[in-house]
Amino acid sequence: MFEVMIFATLNGLVTGLLLFMLASGLTLIFSMMGVLNFAHASFYMLGAYFAYSISLYLGFWPALIVAPVLVGVLGGLIERYGLRRVHKSGHVAELIFTFGLAFLIEEAVQFFWGRATKDYRSPDILDFPLFTLFGQNFPAYKAFMIFISIAIFIALYFVLTRTRIGIIIQAAITHPHTVANLGHNVPLIFMAVFGVGTGLAGLAGVIAGPVLTTFPGMAMVLGSIVFVIVVIGGLGSLAGALVASLLIGLLQSYAIASDLGMPDLLNWLGVSFERDHPLNDIWRLTLPQIAPILPYLLLVLVLIFRPSGLFGKRES
Amino acid sequence: MFKFAIWIIFAIVIVLLPQFFSSLLSVSILNQMAIAIVFALSYNMLLGQGGMLSFGHAVYFGLGGFMAVHALLGIEDGNYSFSVTLIPLVGGLFGLLAALFIGSFSTHKAGTVFAMISLGVGELIAASSLILVSFFGGEAGVSGDRTYGPTFFGYDFAQDLQVYYLAAAWMFIATLAMYLFTQTPAGRMANAVRDNPERAEFIGYSARRVRLISFVMAGFFAGIAGGLFAVNYEILTEQNLNAVTSGNVLLMAYIGGLGFFIGPMVGAVVLTLVNSVLSHYTTLWMLYLGIMFVLTVMFLPSGLTGFLMMHRTPWHLGKIRLLIKPYIVTAIPGAVFALSLVAMVEMAHTSEAEFVFLGASFNSSGPMSWGVLVAIALASFIALRRSLPQLREAWAQANAIETGDQP
Repeated sequence: MFEVMIFATLNGLVTGLLLFMLASGLTLIFSMMGVLNFAHASFYMLGAYFAYSISLYLGFWPALIVAPVLVGVLGGLIERYGLRRVHKSGHVAELIFTFGLAFLIEEAVQFFWGRATKDYRSPDILDFPLFTLFGQNFPAYKAFMIFISIAIFIALYFVLTRTRIGIIIQAAITHPHTVANLGHNVPLIFMAVFGVGTGLAGLAGVIAGPVLTTFPGMAMVLGSIVFVIVVIGGLGSLAGALVASLLIGLLQSYAIASDLGMPDLLNWLGVSFERDHPLNDIWRLTLPQIAPILPYLLLVLVLIFRPSGLFGKRES
Repeated sequence: MFKFAIWIIFAIVIVLLPQFFSSLLSVSILNQMAIAIVFALSYNMLLGQGGMLSFGHAVYFGLGGFMAVHALLGIEDGNYSFSVTLIPLVGGLFGLLAALFIGSFSTHKAGTVFAMISLGVGELIAASSLILVSFFGGEAGVSGDRTYGPTFFGYDFAQDLQVYYLAAAWMFIATLAMYLFTQTPAGRMANAVRDNPERAEFIGYSARRVRLISFVMAGFFAGIAGGLFAVNYEILTEQNLNAVTSGNVLLMAYIGGLGFFIGPMVGAVVLTLVNSVLSHYTTLWMLYLGIMFVLTVMFLPSGLTGFLMMHRTPWHLGKIRLLIKPYIVTAIPGAVFALSLVAMVEMAHTSEAEFVFLGASFNSSGPMSWGVLVAIALASFIALRRSLPQLREAWAQANAIETGDQP
């Protein structure tokens, strides 16, 4: 049990930090524009695909730099020529625009790279077990993922709180008009933040692609979970996003690793049931089975009891 | 009187349609349209009329549909016996119950909170449907047979055409009912709460109650659409209640136009048609659909119906003919530009050496054919750009109210 817990914690940490790289950009973009970007996970997918294509020619390490930059530039362009145009039609139109964008990017990826899973691999240099515990290997690549995610978090925190640019961004989020009156180009700041946010999602894609497989549905798989995190953490809260990411990552990881279920609960309660009972499916549920729906359950509960999220201040 | 005439004409048209489109394929497309119209209209009760953006409307469609299939199975097993014509009502009532339960906690707030709850509930139910195998049938879904029930005036609904009349009748009733709902105080209050919930509360209405009523009604009609789907296809799977279906109905309502009652109907008809026609010609139809959607949001924020309705002022001013020539001048290069892009996309995608597009044959790997297409695209794009100022000027003229000369 103990070794299972340790590995579940490590895997949960990897997933959680990866989710945070997506969630941090999403929540920054939300606090700026007041709109949740449905296409955020699509940029993550683009990151993985760009990195795959680049790594075919230049290898993994150049891809690690170039692919997120490309994704970020693309994101900035979409903000400048798409989202800004839709902005005047209101929030619903913006939300629907990003929704359509997510749809479009998925189709475009299928057009350029095909429907099949791509053989995008982690670099050979990281292809060794970092340590062996209770006979189980922990791959070095996962440690690398943790390292990158933490480095990004520290860098983001540093830039946002300690540099002049970060202070201007923070001011532009809360008081855009005042910042504009002080002579800063607020639309440019918005575009840059959108670009950096999508670039971060792209970076997450680059490092997650080899582990979570690179296929056209990868945005769908992660997209709604990232949404869940941002909402649970509280819209616009960076700290909330971190806590919620780790929470969801660990929760899912523990649920998958455990072998407990309703039968155990019923046994413990001393209740027995018949095999052909109509609710048989429910009585036989196990935790690994319901692991995929746990985040959504948590989301609905949080929204009912605390609509502003764990760390959130504003509600809509 | 005029409105009454419209409904009569609508009824006559749906009765006569299969006379003109009698092939098997077109009848099945008509069936799809009838289902899509009910579903899209029910969605617009939320988004268009109630201001609630839902990302999980397929839940009520799917749950209603699953219940309807189970009702069909019940008839088959001889547990009870009633006409298949009532099956959509079973779906509707189950959709209503589901909406009542979920709406009881999701309609506290509109806006982002509502949208997120609908997304969460949608994902939750879609994921649960794969776990709860006895009701949802897992990956394979649940299938039934619509021909076991007692015949309805001699019809046993074995043929698609008979199903069309069933679906069309339900579509007509549901459309009329949803239209009448917009005229009731509850429907009017839904608009008021959409526009300004605070004021509505001050008059003494509970915004939440008003939203819940709209939500439950939307669930009911989505369930009816699901029931019609069950009768038509005789199978329901996880696909019918997941995010893709929810996204599809949003697409239909938005492209048609949210601001008008008829908008989602237009969207449902156009998208069903586009889907079946495009998917017949190309495997990339989803890509075109996505592009169409994004362009609609960017350039026609009020949808197709909204675009048509923009012409009311020029029409009343009697100046609509001023627009005809500029429209043609813009539309021709626009169409050529779009077609040349489509040709390039298709040519890049094809694996065959000879690529035939609109009767023209290209060598798909030759630089010559690429050069020709790029040249056509560039030329038509320049022509398009040049025609726009004229169009803008004509539009301003057609909308200008002349003053001065008249006494």
